Amino acid sequence: MTRVPDTTPEGAPEDTVRSTAADTAESTGGSATAGAARAAAPDEATGEAVNETTNEAAGPARKTAEVRRRGAGRPPTRASRLLQNRWAGLAGLLVALLAPFVNATPYALSVMTSAAIFVMLAAGLNIVVGYCGLLDLGYVAFFAVGAYTSGVLATRLDLPLVATVPAVIVVTVVAGIVIGAPTLRLRSDYLAIVTLGFGEIIRITANNLDVTGGPSGIYGIPGLAGSPVAFYYLTVVVVALAVLGAARLGRSRIGRAWRFVREDEDAAEAMGVHTYRVKLAAYIAGAVWGGLAGVLFAAHLSAISPGSFTFLQSALVLMAVVLGGMGSIPGVVIGAIVISILPEILRDLADYRFFLFGVLLIAVMLLRPQGLWPARSKEVP
Amino acid sequence: MTTLLSVSDLRLSFGGLLAIDGLTFSVNEAEVVSVIGPNGAGKTSAFNCVTGFYRPTAGQIMLRGRSLRGLRPSAVAALGVARTFQNLRLFGELSVLDNVRAGAHLWLRQNVLDALLHTPRYRRSERECTEQAHHWLDFVGLRGDRYGEARHLPYGEQRRVEIARALARRPDLLLLDEPAAGLNHGEKTELLDLIRRIQALGVAIVLIEHDMGLVMEVSERVVVLNFGKEIADGRPEDVRRDPAVIEAYLGSDTHA
Ligand SMILES: Nc1ncnc2c1ncn2[C@@H]1O[C@H](COP(=O)(O)OP(=O)(O)OP(=O)(O)O)[C@@H](O)[C@H]1O
Ligand SMILES: [Mg+2]
Repeated sequence: MTRVPDTTPEGAPEDTVRSTAADTAESTGGSATAGAARAAAPDEATGEAVNETTNEAAGPARKTAEVRRRGAGRPPTRASRLLQNRWAGLAGLLVALLAPFVNATPYALSVMTSAAIFVMLAAGLNIVVGYCGLLDLGYVAFFAVGAYTSGVLATRLDLPLVATVPAVIVVTVVAGIVIGAPTLRLRSDYLAIVTLGFGEIIRITANNLDVTGGPSGIYGIPGLAGSPVAFYYLTVVVVALAVLGAARLGRSRIGRAWRFVREDEDAAEAMGVHTYRVKLAAYIAGAVWGGLAGVLFAAHLSAISPGSFTFLQSALVLMAVVLGGMGSIPGVVIGAIVISILPEILRDLADYRFFLFGVLLIAVMLLRPQGLWPARSKEVP
Repeated sequence: MTTLLSVSDLRLSFGGLLAIDGLTFSVNEAEVVSVIGPNGAGKTSAFNCVTGFYRPTAGQIMLRGRSLRGLRPSAVAALGVARTFQNLRLFGELSVLDNVRAGAHLWLRQNVLDALLHTPRYRRSERECTEQAHHWLDFVGLRGDRYGEARHLPYGEQRRVEIARALARRPDLLLLDEPAAGLNHGEKTELLDLIRRIQALGVAIVLIEHDMGLVMEVSERVVVLNFGKEIADGRPEDVRRDPAVIEAYLGSDTHA
C-alpha cells in the first residue's frame, strides 16, 4: 500500500456511527426511483471552473482511440471551451493592463487597485466555498491577519513590505490551522457560525491590542512600488498569478478532492480521500490567499485599522463568489469586479447608491441564480 | 487460498437495537462471497462496519491479519478496500470521468507545487489518471457520455460508473451493496459477466444482493443474515436448501 493509514482519534465512546448519512436501510424500489429522479434532473451545472483537458499531452494514437470510444453525437461547440476560458483570462488581464491608459486619475487608479485586491480575496474564498463547499462567514479574518502581520512587522522593525511576505505566509497558515482544525470537524451549518465568530474575534483583538495600534490602527506602512500606477501594475500581476494558481489547484489532485468533499463526503472517504485533511488544506489555501491580499491592502492604503475588517467585508467577498458563480474562476473574478466597482459607479446617486446596489444584486440573483458565469463540469474531450 | 478478510463475532447496536448480533465470516483472495438476508437484516450495516463508517460495538475485523477497527473510512480504503453504496453515491455534478478519477486519488503522485507549476510530473500523473478512468469505464462497459455530469446518465449507467470508480481504487476487496437493484434483465446479465471479470482480475468480492438468481450463479459461498444474526454460511446449493434460510425468507408462510 502506498499510504500510511492513520487512526482516528479515540475518545468519542458514544460515537458508534461515524456517519448517519451512509446507507441506512432503503428498499430497492425506493433507491431505484431516487436514482432515476436524480438522473432526470435537468438543471444546470455548478462544478469545475476552468476545464483544461488533462490529456492534452497525449499523442495522436490516444486521440483516435478516444474518438472511437466516444462515438458520434457530440456537439462540436463544446470543443472550444478550453480556449474560451484561456482567452477569457488573457482578455481580462489585457483589459486590466490597458485600463490606466483610459483613465489614470488617482481616484480611478485607487478604485481599480482595490478591485484587483478584491478579486484576489474572492479567488481565495472560492477555494473554500466554491471548490470545497465550506461556508465561511469570517473570511476577512485572514485578510486582517495578513494586513496586520505585514503592517506591524514593517513599521516596528523598519522592514520593506516585501520582506514581511514569508512571515505573512507562515502566520496565515498557522491562523488557518488554528481556526480550521477545531471547526472543520463540525457540520457545515455550525462551521458558518463559528467562522463568523472567529472573524469578529480577530477584529476585536486588533481593536484591543497595543501592538496593532488599537482602534486607530497602524499608520505609515511603506508601499511596494514608487508610484500609484506602478503599484497598480504590481497588484494586477500578483492578483493574476493568484487567480491562475487557484485555478490550477482546482484542476489538480487536491482540487478534485475538494469537489469530491463538496459533492459527497462519505463517497469521498470511501475512495480514500481523508476528508478532514482535504478540508483543512482548502482552508489553509484560502487563508494564504486572503493574507497575501492583506499585504497588498496594507501597501495600498499605507494605513489599516479594525474598521476595514468588519463582517460586511466578509459578506461582500462571499457575495462576489456567489454572484459570479461558485467554483468558477472567471465567475468569481467578474463577481469581485462588479461588487467592488458598482458602488463607485453608483456614487453620484449619493444616499441611494447602496439601496440600488442591493436591488441590482437581488435582481441578478433572481435572474441568474447560478451566477454570472457559472462553473461547468462538462469536460472537453 | 489465503484469507483476505475475516470478520469474527461482529456486533453493532444502535441504542437498544441490535443491528448485527454476532456475525462471523471470512473471504479468501479472489473469492466471491454473498451476504443475503431479508430487509433490515443488517447487511449494509456490516459493510459500514468493515469500511469504517460505523464503529462496531464488539468483534474483530481483520484484513490480511491487520485490524480495521477504529480506522477511518479513508484509511480502510488505503488498505485496499473499495465499496459501492446501496443508494448510489456518485458525485452527481461532476463529470463521469472525474467520478472515476476519485478512485485513482490515492495512486496519484503529484503535490501542490506540481499542480501550481504544471511540472512534467503533474502532466504525467493527470494523463495517467485520465487514462485509468477511461480504462475502467471501458471495463464496466459504459455507453453513455463520460464527459458530461454523472447525474445526467440513466440509472443503470450510473451503477456502472460507481463500480468503475471503486475499481479505479484497484482494491483487493470490493464490497458491492445491491448492485443489481433497479437493473433490467439485460443489465443484470451484463452485471453477472462484469462480476466474473472483476474476479478474474484477482479481486475478492463481497456481494449484498436480493436477486437470488445472481447470487446462486456467482457466489462461491453465501452468508445469510436474519435480524442481525447469522443463520447460515456455506455453498450456495447447501444454503438454498437450509430449512432455517427458507424459514427466514418465507416467514410463517412455510407453516401455513
Ligand atoms: N444509522 C442508523 N441508525 C439507526 N439504525 C440504523 C442505522 N443504520 C441501520 N440501522 C438499522 O439497523 C438495521 C439493519 O439495517 P441495514 O441497513 O443494515 O439492513 P439491510 O440488511 O442492509 O437491509 P436492506 O436489505 O433493506 O438494505 C435496521 O433495523 C436499520 O433500521
Ligand atoms: Mg442494505
